[in-house]
Amino acid sequence: MLNILGKRYYFFLLSLLLIVPGMIVLAIYGLPLAVDFKGGSLLEVVFPAGKVPTTEEVVSIYTNYGFDNVTVQTALGENDVHNILIIRSPDLTTTINGVESNPDATKNLIVADLKSVSGDAETYVNSFQNVGPTIASQVANRAVLAIAIAMLAVVIYIAIAFRGVPHAIRYGICAIIAMTHDILIVLSLAAIGGKFFGWQVDSLFLTAMLTVIGFSVQDKIVVFDRIRENSGVLRRLPFEKLVNHSIIQTLQRSINTQLMTVEFMLLALALFGGVTLREFAVILLVGLLSGTYSSIFIAAPFLVVWETKEWKNWFGKRTVEA
Amino acid sequence: MSRRTIYLIVIVVLLAAAIFVDLPGTDKFLGMEPKTVLGLDLRGGMQVILQVDPNYTGEFTAEDIDVAKSILESRTNGLGVTEVSFQTSGERYIVGDLPGVTSTEDVVDIIKQTGQLEFVDTAGVYLEPGTEVKTDLGSTGEVIDPLVGTLPGTETQTETIYHTVMTGDQLDEVGVTRQGMLNEVVISFTLKPDGAKTFAAHTAANVNNYLAIVLDKKVISCPQIQSAITEGEGIIQGNFTTESANALAVQLRYGSLPIPLVVEQVRVIGPTLGQDSLDKSLLAFLIGFIIVTLFMVIYYRLPGFAAILAILSYGAITFAIFKLIPVTLTLPGIAGILLSTGSALDANILLFERMKEELRAGRTAQEALNLGWKRAWSSIRDSNIAALLTSAILFWFGSTFGASIVKGFSVTLALGVFVSVFAAYFITRNLLSLFVSLIRDPEKHLGWFGL
Repeated sequence: MLNILGKRYYFFLLSLLLIVPGMIVLAIYGLPLAVDFKGGSLLEVVFPAGKVPTTEEVVSIYTNYGFDNVTVQTALGENDVHNILIIRSPDLTTTINGVESNPDATKNLIVADLKSVSGDAETYVNSFQNVGPTIASQVANRAVLAIAIAMLAVVIYIAIAFRGVPHAIRYGICAIIAMTHDILIVLSLAAIGGKFFGWQVDSLFLTAMLTVIGFSVQDKIVVFDRIRENSGVLRRLPFEKLVNHSIIQTLQRSINTQLMTVEFMLLALALFGGVTLREFAVILLVGLLSGTYSSIFIAAPFLVVWETKEWKNWFGKRTVEA
Repeated sequence: MSRRTIYLIVIVVLLAAAIFVDLPGTDKFLGMEPKTVLGLDLRGGMQVILQVDPNYTGEFTAEDIDVAKSILESRTNGLGVTEVSFQTSGERYIVGDLPGVTSTEDVVDIIKQTGQLEFVDTAGVYLEPGTEVKTDLGSTGEVIDPLVGTLPGTETQTETIYHTVMTGDQLDEVGVTRQGMLNEVVISFTLKPDGAKTFAAHTAANVNNYLAIVLDKKVISCPQIQSAITEGEGIIQGNFTTESANALAVQLRYGSLPIPLVVEQVRVIGPTLGQDSLDKSLLAFLIGFIIVTLFMVIYYRLPGFAAILAILSYGAITFAIFKLIPVTLTLPGIAGILLSTGSALDANILLFERMKEELRAGRTAQEALNLGWKRAWSSIRDSNIAALLTSAILFWFGSTFGASIVKGFSVTLALGVFVSVFAAYFITRNLLSLFVSLIRDPEKHLGWFGL
């Protein structure tokens, strides 16, 4: 029979290899937070005739109203022409000529200026977001809280659902370790995507993250459920063999559910789902894959590591000397 | 009749009802009004989040926010924007969704403008509440020079400009009391000293005339002056119920917003972007579904076919529920549906894998189905409860803020998970059981079960 557990340390190493580079990027550049979480404005303007103002022109318009820290990106519009400008700037609530201007009014002034610079009368706003600093920091705090609560709820639920099995709480904690793995994978992806493809961490990203957690739990429970069932039937087997057996038994389901169905759906969404959802779909794609992977190669192996208390051998005899 | 037959009949009836609701033309069903509601991200529009001014040091209650919300609602409805919705969110936020609004020139300003309450001389005419009137009070709050303005009542009938006697800022206190032999509900008010003088002069000269109470140029009540009000105190009679009197008192008291609001967040989605996203995600869904159907039928054969029928029913039922509640469909909401579809498939796959194990162990097809379900159920139950837990937490996160997209996602996910378990529990199982009973010696055709 396929011996997955025997190679567990190789799988742990593989996960580390995937996570560490992303974490380094994250440590150096930070998470590319979108306006949802850090406040500021995002304006997307389309110039149908293709006469797009240059970055310098855009920046100087914003400077006129007293905004610096403006970044400008172009994006591909219809007919494969780069005729969309994506402009990020600080919060547009400001005072113009002594009169307080709300973000929407400021935006209208800016768009009017962009229109006159471009000379394209058809210029229109595709989307506009302006988030003030208070709400942004609150959303960010609450997001972290939401994830923490979701994870706690899962430990409690698993501990209750597995109460008949010895060491039920271990199942919950191993699920959390594996979910942390999935979160780290997704964060690495976001950091790398942010650095190289201009991705942004917004509420949609948060939605994807929470979905990954939710479905990752589903996967873990399916594997754990089999261990729970087998530990009644195959009581004589050593724990490692029992877990390995359970993994193999659920492998077909894991592959079919995750790879053949859910991942295909998401792949379709990523390929054909339009720009708005592409990032979301890619993150879910990777996150859910990681969720399945970590059920088999992280969560279940950690149960075995815990059962046999392997950490005592991790550092050889040095622990004895020290 | 066997239990299976009863179940199958129930399923068929349920499906027929669901499909009926799903049909685009259906607008009535058992007293409910099914409709497809698209979110701002799919149809285009503007979302504003207003916050109580952080510099405002006065105290305010949840009731104040509610009052501000209803004032905003009536003001934007007055703009001719349809299906406006304002919702309070947390302790100090109001989230406004204005579908279809993309040129936002004045909307935000109108939302922020303080309501103008006027007492208007109707020149002897009774004005129905709800009538829109023009008054000689300029939008800036200053009375127009009478030499330039038109004399009251001398304009053509459609364009009568009425004279504003007094504005709401002269009101001191407003309350609801009962009076007289009939214990009639009336609104009592007291005026500030300046207002009292103006009011005394006007009412003395206009007994039996009407004095309309106008909020934002719209008549909310048109009482008759019964006697001169000289003490700066008066009552408004008008066949009120306690509720309508309270509502009017609130409007009188808070003609302007009870609390200062500032715009905290604005989102505008152009209509083309919304339509584009909708079309593309539907296309993606279709492609994904075709691939999955092919996979299920090729890999699991007969059970796979039953699963696809179950998933289609799941889709029909979910969509019907969305139309009945109605759930606002957003892009993340569509993603939620996609994922719960995955979850629905998972329940089927868990069942089929268990069935195959039982078939390999030499059980009859009917036994394998029952045993397989019994064994698979604990995973299906536990994993779906975990998904529901997560969606509950997401929902909480989404409702506390303007993060309505997260909320939409959690609602569709949770509903989808419920229906998917139902679909696997009743539809797949009973259909498969029916199929198996229709085959003679199913054990000789194990290939039909993907073995």
